[in-house]
Amino acid sequence: MKVLVPVKRVLDYNVKPRVKADGTGVDLSNVKMSMNPFDEIAIEEAVRLKEKGAATEVVVVTIGVAKAESDVLLTARAMGADRAILIQTDEEVEPLAVAKLLKAVAAEEQPGLIILGKQAIDDDSNQTGQMLAALLGWAQGTFASAVEIAGDRVKVTREVDGGLETVDLKLPAIVTTDLRLNEPRYATLPNIMKAKSKPLLKKTVADYGVDASPRLKTLKVVEPAKRTAGVKVADVDALVGKLKELGVAA
Amino acid sequence: MKALVWVEHDNQVVKDATLSAVTAASQLGEVHLLVAGKGCAGVADAAAKIAGVGKVHLADDAAFEHALAENVAPLVAKLMESHDAVLFPATTTGKNVAPRVAALLDVMQLSDILSVEGPDTFTRPIYAGNAIATVQTSDPKLVITVRGTAFAKAAAEGGSGVVEAVASTGDAGLSSFAGAEIAKSERPELTSAKVIVSGGRALQNSENFHAIIEPLADKLGAAVGASRAAVDAGYVPNDYQVGQTGKIVAPEVYIAVGISGAIQHLAGMKDSKTIIAINKDEDAPIFQVADIGLVGDLFKVVPELTEKL
Repeated sequence: MKVLVPVKRVLDYNVKPRVKADGTGVDLSNVKMSMNPFDEIAIEEAVRLKEKGAATEVVVVTIGVAKAESDVLLTARAMGADRAILIQTDEEVEPLAVAKLLKAVAAEEQPGLIILGKQAIDDDSNQTGQMLAALLGWAQGTFASAVEIAGDRVKVTREVDGGLETVDLKLPAIVTTDLRLNEPRYATLPNIMKAKSKPLLKKTVADYGVDASPRLKTLKVVEPAKRTAGVKVADVDALVGKLKELGVAA
Repeated sequence: MKALVWVEHDNQVVKDATLSAVTAASQLGEVHLLVAGKGCAGVADAAAKIAGVGKVHLADDAAFEHALAENVAPLVAKLMESHDAVLFPATTTGKNVAPRVAALLDVMQLSDILSVEGPDTFTRPIYAGNAIATVQTSDPKLVITVRGTAFAKAAAEGGSGVVEAVASTGDAGLSSFAGAEIAKSERPELTSAKVIVSGGRALQNSENFHAIIEPLADKLGAAVGASRAAVDAGYVPNDYQVGQTGKIVAPEVYIAVGISGAIQHLAGMKDSKTIIAINKDEDAPIFQVADIGLVGDLFKVVPELTEKL
């Protein structure tokens, strides 16, 4: 079974985003970009499935600028993906269009399982995996904290409000990763060197005949309201007094 | 505009998150509800009493018992033939189902909205709440998830909706429910609690977490939360997690104990009315958002606080 893993290049999670003064968006010039953390977990899971013999090949795909090749796809192959596909575009592509492109990739690659991150930490949409499942007519196991393949089914334990839930899905299926699914391995230097010789296929959005024009228009982006500076209290008695003022303590 | 709201329930009671989605929907137009489940007629009757509700569509079928997205999304998509918008609470169920509906309708979803600015214009957080975007959609149908803490809850009583059965779209045959492990708690639910006491990595282990955080929470009648660090270290189960990747909360009072205040955590709690921080590091970022701060060793300070309350 082949596993397809879509990944996204995003502002590194350690960088504090700065809103542009003209309100058009977040400033992404000269800042560190990395693989979306949930996508690292997706690759790790795919590679582990291969190591267990449940998967035969791991193919990673990204849609984005040319730099995604070095920022994201190299890391993915160094972590253990067998080959990579870059669908190059300089435009922002919304989850719906991403899902349509991925559907086209799935038609060519015929994976048995597609593992995505549950959300990207830039647009925080949490949509692409579910949309792709709908377009393909496949089952979906979102927010996964455990994945177990048995024959032509996959059992996915999901993190839901209040606890965990397990669903049994027919393959092929979609899985989206939650943080506790696994701990991604580091791409070691020798593996990064080796990754450079692993295959990379370059495509464009037009190659797939998908209309990727945006449905949403961002009118403005602003910083959230700032909280006013607070006070520090000297001791527990003062804090008790404050809690009484707030009416949460008798 | 006719807006349909997905009622979140456990086949017994309507979950609170639904009430915030009803408020958001009422800003768009006429509010209809969808109750899909198994043996959930009682839920539909209760939903009909929510203030401002018109029709309540009831889809009662074993296929909908566990709200599996594969079965529920076609039902919602079918109802969208006669509605202009569908709103889900941005809970794990809403987030699971809504995008599947959007793709079936070939529209982009608006995730986690904070406000309704117009019939096609909404605000939503991006970059873990570090920026707020105003977005306008050009799609003919709206699929929306609603951040519960951003909208007041509609009154659960006073409405006079009419319950109407709708035909089931059946079981898609793609998935089945295999079981659940729901954490049991006597305390208030995290997302609806007025007061939350949250613990972080500084608690050092699970025993300390229970021995220090829980008595304080019980004294205040508060829910217990945790930072991702505390959850990852195994001090408490993951459904305690407050943050970008956990629950988003906005209580009256949020008490952060031994939490440094990483942006992933702040994204989940910075809309709390009053934030109180207890941390021994006076430079911890949590103090930049805290209304009231106490610099001190939590192992001394918190038991003393619990005793004096």
